[in-house]
Amino acid sequence: MRTQSFFDRQTTLVLSLLAAVAILVPSMNGLAAPGSALHLSDHLVPLLGKYVCFALLALSVDLIWGFCGILSLGHGAFFALGGYAMGMHLMRQIGPRGVYGDPILPDFMVFLNWKELPWFWHGFDSFPFAVLMVLLVPGALAFVFGWFAFRSRVTGVYLSIITQAMTFALMLAFFRNDMGLGGNNGLTDFKEILGFTVQAGSTRIVLFVLSVLALAGGYLLCRWVVGSTFGKVLVAVRDAESRTRFLGYRVEHYKLVVFTLSAMLAGIAGALYVPQVGIINPSEFAPAGSIEVVIWVAVGGRGTLAGPILGALLVNAGKTWFTAALPEFWLFALGGLFVFVTIFMPRGILGAVGDLWERSSQRFRSGRQPQPVTHAAE
Amino acid sequence: MGAALAALAAPLFKVLLMYCLHHILRALLLLLGMASAALAGPYEEALPKFANDSYADTDAAIGAVASSGNPLAVDVVEALRDGRLLIGSGQVFIRRSSGELINAATGQAWGSPAGELKPVRINNRLRRAIEAALGNLTLLSPDAGRRLEAARAVFRSRDEAVLPTLEKAIAQESQAHVRNALENARAAILLSQLDALPMQRLGAIETLEARGDQDALALLSNLPPDATPEMKAGAGKAVAGIHTRLALWEAVQNVWYGISLGSVLLLAAIGLAITFGTMGVINMAHGEMVMLGAYTTFVVQEIIRAYAPGLFGASLFIALPLAFLVAGAVGVLIERTVIRFLYGRPLETLLATWGISLILQQGVRTIFGPTNREVGTPAWMSGALEVGAMSLTYNRIAIVVFAFSVFAVLLLVLRYTSLGLYVRAVTQNRRMAGSMGIRTNRIDALAFGLGSGVAGIAGVALSQIDNVSPNLGQGYIIDSFMVVVFGGVGNLWGTLVGAMTLGIANKLLEPYAGAVLGKIVLLIAIILFIQRRPRGLFALKGRAVEA
Repeated sequence: MRTQSFFDRQTTLVLSLLAAVAILVPSMNGLAAPGSALHLSDHLVPLLGKYVCFALLALSVDLIWGFCGILSLGHGAFFALGGYAMGMHLMRQIGPRGVYGDPILPDFMVFLNWKELPWFWHGFDSFPFAVLMVLLVPGALAFVFGWFAFRSRVTGVYLSIITQAMTFALMLAFFRNDMGLGGNNGLTDFKEILGFTVQAGSTRIVLFVLSVLALAGGYLLCRWVVGSTFGKVLVAVRDAESRTRFLGYRVEHYKLVVFTLSAMLAGIAGALYVPQVGIINPSEFAPAGSIEVVIWVAVGGRGTLAGPILGALLVNAGKTWFTAALPEFWLFALGGLFVFVTIFMPRGILGAVGDLWERSSQRFRSGRQPQPVTHAAE
Repeated sequence: MGAALAALAAPLFKVLLMYCLHHILRALLLLLGMASAALAGPYEEALPKFANDSYADTDAAIGAVASSGNPLAVDVVEALRDGRLLIGSGQVFIRRSSGELINAATGQAWGSPAGELKPVRINNRLRRAIEAALGNLTLLSPDAGRRLEAARAVFRSRDEAVLPTLEKAIAQESQAHVRNALENARAAILLSQLDALPMQRLGAIETLEARGDQDALALLSNLPPDATPEMKAGAGKAVAGIHTRLALWEAVQNVWYGISLGSVLLLAAIGLAITFGTMGVINMAHGEMVMLGAYTTFVVQEIIRAYAPGLFGASLFIALPLAFLVAGAVGVLIERTVIRFLYGRPLETLLATWGISLILQQGVRTIFGPTNREVGTPAWMSGALEVGAMSLTYNRIAIVVFAFSVFAVLLLVLRYTSLGLYVRAVTQNRRMAGSMGIRTNRIDALAFGLGSGVAGIAGVALSQIDNVSPNLGQGYIIDSFMVVVFGGVGNLWGTLVGAMTLGIANKLLEPYAGAVLGKIVLLIAIILFIQRRPRGLFALKGRAVEA
């Protein structure tokens, strides 16, 4: 870590950009006249909100991969669990306005001929309880999973594979109707959140601003964790795990704490994502989705906190553009991106920019030609 | 009151009238028939009844023909069963399976029939009568195959009238399996026969218990209403015994399904084990190599269909080496262009190969379209082998045999060739192997090609049991990882044990937990297992492991 003060240049830049977005997007949507070049149409607000949630998810992956060397291929599971917790609250808020008009049971339970609410649905009618669950459910799963995995020193690709197995098992489980969470279709058809209509433009603006605030909060939290002594140990674990252990640190405890924290961040991202897109279903658990998150981090630059935010925004904007303009080529582009980034830009965009910056300033200071940097030298 | 009575009486009257008319008509027809065949025997007498094409007459005719002793009787009844007994202008004909038409009364060939011919209709009741008559007719046939068939027919029809013939047939039967079938048939009849001796009926229960299949179970669970307490107790015991036996067979069947699934997993995972073992590289594009093999099979079959349809039976054998070459070449290409820049960075390799898998999937989707492609099954692979109470389909047997042959060949290659020696050396200690003069780069490329090629031939096999679509590989990748992680790397036996354990466990769990829940339970079990043995069942030991 090069930086010493808490509010270094990068933090200031990220926070001011996020603040600018939080002010600009609502005003361009609400104040600029429709039709003017500055106007942001209504459907773009939840789309941008989705990107912001993805950025928070990418940040949570970067916290463990970039700073602790844990490559989780199952972080989509924590994201989806947070989303399901929020979705369950929104389902309970529908009340008697569902298609079948049952005051207690969601539509899909009436359809499946269920007589009463399963035990795990109780309490979700309360918003504070749902928010608590958004943090606790992913956190608890991560804690239990991490407890077993880190204690028995499952590392590297083995850990990646079993995180993938975890999200795959959850996907299969959530696809079942017996699970009591909507099966294949998931949870959808939401009406209100805290008394505000989910579909309304104003609600969406508020949700967007909340997502940006959550991202800024998540960034600051990660910045604080990474800058602390705890964070220094994490980096030590990443770079030389055995050595850190021999120095007397309980490596598994450090990993467990940061893994659980990261899962909770992912859960928050999922909870903010669901009311904006209006649906949560088991496909969010798909292993492919979790791997895609990793590439956002890799593109932006892992081990930098601004990188995953940048990567998530860029790749998702690219995905939106490609799937609309050249749907055939999106997977080629994404696959190519995976290969290109891992071979030619192992430290991502921010890493590459940082290298350039360093080289040019070095040249400026010393006036000598820079040393050629080989890509594979890591 | 009166109106209600009248309303009831009207349909009753109608039915009575119809009944009387029917009988008068029947009597008239009978008279006519007798007049036309005044000098003939019972066979010739009965034959014209078929021409009426009424169910009651056909029933009577079957009985009469069967008991007539005429050599043509079997042919007539069989033709009736198969819809080959034809009537036209008051005469009855048999159409042989060769298409030749003969006169049923004389047995002589009949060139061109006058007027239109139509088959005699039969219903389910008549079908039973036909079965019984055929049983009676063929129980004493000199041909053992026919006798066996007849015994089975009697077992199904349970016609009491056959009993005397049956006893005679049992007394003179010399072949054990035919005799067994005949005794089964006798037991089935005796069980439901009210005037049989209690001892005979108890004996019948024992015979049926020894038979021990679903049919026997059905007979024993539906005892006739007059059954004595002794019989009921005996049948209850027999039913319990049969249930145990059938449960045992079902367990054996499930184990077989498990071995079959395990072979599929073995095929999909064994190439992965080689690449993971030698290079520590997780090849996420491995599933796509399987897919390439399956599409190679598709292309080979298309070419054969277009240019040499006669070779279709051999299409899989032609596809095998081609699939190995295609997938192996793609594997070497991937290794040389991407993976060799990423050594020492396994997590990055994982991401890059995932990217390659996306590109390959989309490439195949662009070329062949997103839908499933039809890959045919050669004739020699269709059908099933009956073993006891289960049936093993030939394509599953072929895959099990194939998987084990691939395993054996790979084992030999790794054990006895110089390539295998180098691969093992690099797996155990890369730097030491390099110091001893092994060109590790070259071995990496070859091992990667070998692993990919094996995935390709796995694709040929899987094209027979799975949909050939661009997503084919995706379905196997997580399962293959589980096998490799469970079995441990660097040892093919680990892969074998891992694949078979997972396959059999999966199929044994399925009846209790359902397919999806069973799989979830298994995934959780593997996640927990890795906690105990982080390097799998057959882990490499020594200091090289931690490197």
